[in-house]
Amino acid sequence: MIDRRTLPSRKEQNGQMTEKVVLKERGESWLRTMVRGRLFEQSLGELYERGELVGVVHLSIGLEATAAGVCSNLRKGDQITSTHRGHNHMIARGLEPERMFAEILGRSTGYCGGKGGSMHVANFELGSVGANGIVGAGVPMAAGLGVAAQKLGTGNVAVAFCGDGAANQGVVWESLNLAALWKIPVIFVCENNGFSEFTPTDRVTAGPGIADRAIGYGVSGVVVDGTNVGAVSAVAEGAIDRARSGEGPTFIETRAERWRGHHEGEESYVGTYRETKEFKDPIVQLIQEMDAAGLDGSLLYEKIHAEEKDLIERSLAVAQQAPLPELSTALEDVFS
Amino acid sequence: MAIKTLIQAVHDTLVDEMRRDERMMLLGEDVGARGGVFRATMGMLDEFGPERVLDTPLDECLIAGVAIGMALDDLRPVAEMQFADFIFPAFNQIVSEAAKIRYRSNGDFCVPMVIRAPYGGGVHGALYHSQSVEAFFAHVPGLKVVAPSTAHDTKGMLTQAIEDPDPVLFFEHKKTYRLIKDEVPDERYTIPFGKAAVRRKGSDLTCVSYGLMQHLCAEAAERLSADGIEVEVIDLRSIYPLDMDTVLESVGKTNKAMIVYEDTRFLGVGAEVSAQIAEKALFELDGPIVRIGAPHVPAMPYSPTLEHWFMLDTDRIEQEMRKLAEF
Repeated sequence: MIDRRTLPSRKEQNGQMTEKVVLKERGESWLRTMVRGRLFEQSLGELYERGELVGVVHLSIGLEATAAGVCSNLRKGDQITSTHRGHNHMIARGLEPERMFAEILGRSTGYCGGKGGSMHVANFELGSVGANGIVGAGVPMAAGLGVAAQKLGTGNVAVAFCGDGAANQGVVWESLNLAALWKIPVIFVCENNGFSEFTPTDRVTAGPGIADRAIGYGVSGVVVDGTNVGAVSAVAEGAIDRARSGEGPTFIETRAERWRGHHEGEESYVGTYRETKEFKDPIVQLIQEMDAAGLDGSLLYEKIHAEEKDLIERSLAVAQQAPLPELSTALEDVFS
Repeated sequence: MAIKTLIQAVHDTLVDEMRRDERMMLLGEDVGARGGVFRATMGMLDEFGPERVLDTPLDECLIAGVAIGMALDDLRPVAEMQFADFIFPAFNQIVSEAAKIRYRSNGDFCVPMVIRAPYGGGVHGALYHSQSVEAFFAHVPGLKVVAPSTAHDTKGMLTQAIEDPDPVLFFEHKKTYRLIKDEVPDERYTIPFGKAAVRRKGSDLTCVSYGLMQHLCAEAAERLSADGIEVEVIDLRSIYPLDMDTVLESVGKTNKAMIVYEDTRFLGVGAEVSAQIAEKALFELDGPIVRIGAPHVPAMPYSPTLEHWFMLDTDRIEQEMRKLAEF
């Protein structure tokens, strides 16, 4: 008989206030990361609108708190694998907007020399093995990076970002199975934004919730408000600490709505497939919490917004001036 | 120098390399406690421990994905697919991820990973224990695909694969495992990929093959030699990179070319080799380029009569050789 009392439980971490001491210590950094991500993506949206992007972009506006909350607990040497909706993960991991813009504009100075584009921005040194255009494909690699950390004794962890769509890819659970068995230092972060591309997630996803599925593997499944950066960070911090100390994986499901469509420009052929409404804004929420805690978030926001706006504009201008890749580079880096 | 079977060469090379490089890890289904279904990793759990010899779930996609992640952080994973037929769940990780990582990161990071897989038929394995899968992967830039045919080459090429900074698919014909025995030097050596071996010199006809087929071709060539027809037998050894120089040099001498492979004839390795011969040596040819491969049916059938119909044998290769020689 299974003793159900010993099974890991599903936890809900919604709606709690972040302690003032934590807000004081980390609020500014979270705010800056989220504002940078927001401005970066808004800028991409405008570029798309003006027809200045060659490829497609999937924006994560509204989801900034997951990236900022999780990545603010990572250190050098940790690695993340990301998704096709990964700009905020990259920004939060410390990749530079200038080289990200350059990559997305197909310039030689981009992180991948213009070979990757939006869905494949990556930099190993900075701890990101990359955004990924195949849903769920980064997850087993994150498990492998965790195995490497374990074998090499580096104390590093890996974070596998995925979305609710990936929750229906078998390999996510195959990876969780192994991670649980081997106590791999990997944290699964599933951003449930309510839509698997264009289809409402509940129409294609069985069961009471995605995090609940983790319980079947003996892994704690935690559901957290993905618009509350403090709550995300608190859950991630605990999960990362446990992973680092050899206690294995945690499955975190963050819930926040995607403000934009599956990708920019979709309205030209998809039409309306969801209701228009006001979305919860993780940035506004953080400002309000800081204000309420007497930390003057509004004033700080004005300052950060101005600085980051300047950074994003300068970065974009530099990237736009950067040269396109030499054709000869297309033949490089196929093999060693 | 010792006489070894091909599977002994696989085993001993893995042991040698595991002793040599602590970053090397073995992973796969039943590779640990069981020592692999073909016993390629026998005894390794005892010698190297569960830290380096990892029994994984029956989950090829996971095996490949985890091996990629390990390789990204500079470990040297050697993953075993229990049978090449089982590799398809891992196709996405190998093709979409491993093959592309160096390119998409502009050389920032790479995947020094080896995936070993026993392939091929003639062992009554039927649908899912008989397939040749090399053409699927050779089609993908970013992957190295090799298929040694001797114990000697197995050692040199497996050592090379483990050293190689790129993902290598290492296909071992399961029928050669215990059938093929030859001399294997004791010292460590590598055989660079993209260098074919001329197994038999000849002036009348060039016969290109690899894996088990190479042995059948050599046997058929001996029979023709008794009648004064000398066939040059080339063992490609590596499918990608492909050594067309050796093939073209030979065709320039014999003026006749045939390619023998166990995989589906249509769009198989022979299609590429014959296309390149046609592109580069058309006017050297005194006869049509002949391809012999598997018939266009979805799988190797089970019944011995049907399996025999599907698999090439020395008699059929000999017949085709004679026809071309007489052309």
